[in-house]
Amino acid sequence: MGEAIVVTSGKGGVGKTTTSANLGTALALLGKKVCMVDTDIGLRNLDVVMGLENRIIYDLIDVAEGRCRLNQALVKDKRFDELYMLPAAQTKDKQDVSPEQVRDIILELKKEFEYVVIDCPAGIEQGFRNAVAGADRAIIVTTPENAAVRDADRVIGLLEQASVPARLIINRIRASMVKSGEMLDIDEICQVLAIDLLGIVPDDEKVIKAANSGEPTVMDPTSRAAIAYRNIARRMLGDMVPLMPLEEKSGVLKRFRKFLGIG
Amino acid sequence: MTEKQHITIKGVKEGLVFLLDDACDFSVLLEELQYKLEKSHQQLLTGPIVHVQVKLGSRHLSEEELEQLRTIIRAQGNLLVQSIESEAPAIPEDEPGNNIKLLTGIVRSGQTVEHEGNLLLMGDLNPGGSLLCTGDIYVLGALRGLAHAGKDGRTDVVIAASLLRPTQLRIADVISRPPDEWITGDASMEFAYLNEGVMKIDKMTQLNRLRKQPILFKA
Repeated sequence: MGEAIVVTSGKGGVGKTTTSANLGTALALLGKKVCMVDTDIGLRNLDVVMGLENRIIYDLIDVAEGRCRLNQALVKDKRFDELYMLPAAQTKDKQDVSPEQVRDIILELKKEFEYVVIDCPAGIEQGFRNAVAGADRAIIVTTPENAAVRDADRVIGLLEQASVPARLIINRIRASMVKSGEMLDIDEICQVLAIDLLGIVPDDEKVIKAANSGEPTVMDPTSRAAIAYRNIARRMLGDMVPLMPLEEKSGVLKRFRKFLGIG
Repeated sequence: MTEKQHITIKGVKEGLVFLLDDACDFSVLLEELQYKLEKSHQQLLTGPIVHVQVKLGSRHLSEEELEQLRTIIRAQGNLLVQSIESEAPAIPEDEPGNNIKLLTGIVRSGQTVEHEGNLLLMGDLNPGGSLLCTGDIYVLGALRGLAHAGKDGRTDVVIAASLLRPTQLRIADVISRPPDEWITGDASMEFAYLNEGVMKIDKMTQLNRLRKQPILFKA
């Protein structure tokens, strides 16, 4: 029996889908059998980020309503043999599926896959309830902004009531802004939210480029965000990996320039 | 039974008096009572209905514990509990500090805790969360959300917290938003109170000036 992990945040635009895609891929990279499930019905994105949009035949609603078998709706990734995705429907609404139906689908997937990564829609309404229904654990994604932390707190409260244990990923950290005090720092966020920190992901332009080209960032080992996601995936498997330093290591040339006072 | 006896049974004109020791553990009492009624004092149990007075000494029992006592005595068929007396001073209900609700955990955004009386939260109150109660509010942790003390109009209540960083504070019908100068670096315990209809914040050590309840020590 595998484990179902929902990636959620409350607030939109903090990087749930990006995180889902990258963690799913990173787990596959570590040799795990993974299925990603997009529950953002009506606004599906996960397929775009993964570059699998043109391979979709059936979707989650089709499975829920019995128009196809679960296996028929799964889209195999183009990079990994052991990585699959169950897309959301684009033409339907979140009300068209019930939490019980999603729970059954997740339960079915858990029999076959080691990890089921559920991409949750923004908000705390029906879409959220659908996504959380079958989850064993949750990953909360937040960014170092007050609004995102508030919403994360709200979602953690709801998850506590549903007794789903949650861990935290702080996304899009800019070292320079944290250092100058313009951005909330990690300790501050952890103090308010009071849940375990699973990892931090630095703000990286490569993430946007990767999402647009349908290639998850995590495939590009030169990206700092990619390393961060890989570390998080290893922590999910139980490895002890230290948090990555926020400051980019300065190269010899940079240090030399700094020494001369022109860096 | 070789141990010390905790229960003395005396016969009086009206029936029986059970004198229960008030220093031992309550569970010991229950056990011994059961033993005595079932094993050693069988002669009591035959015959007509007997009225029983139970005297607890200075022990104070909860409603639940009283019920346990009654059940054991009643189980014997012919014993009728007439009264259970305790010489313990009754705990006054309305005195502040007694009706206190203890909560452990984090009150998160979107969550509300309401209570009649005083409230002690062991944990944080996060922004977006609220605590509402008719009495005082004490937070052993960071108060970052909304706290409303004295919501039924009591103006003599306080809101105290280990770290007072509220989004909003209300006492009775006075609503106050922290001015920026509240947010100081030092993390000392503080409390909010009403002074002539205006909300004030002060260090915890000043609370005794507001509440003149000297603590008397027995020498």
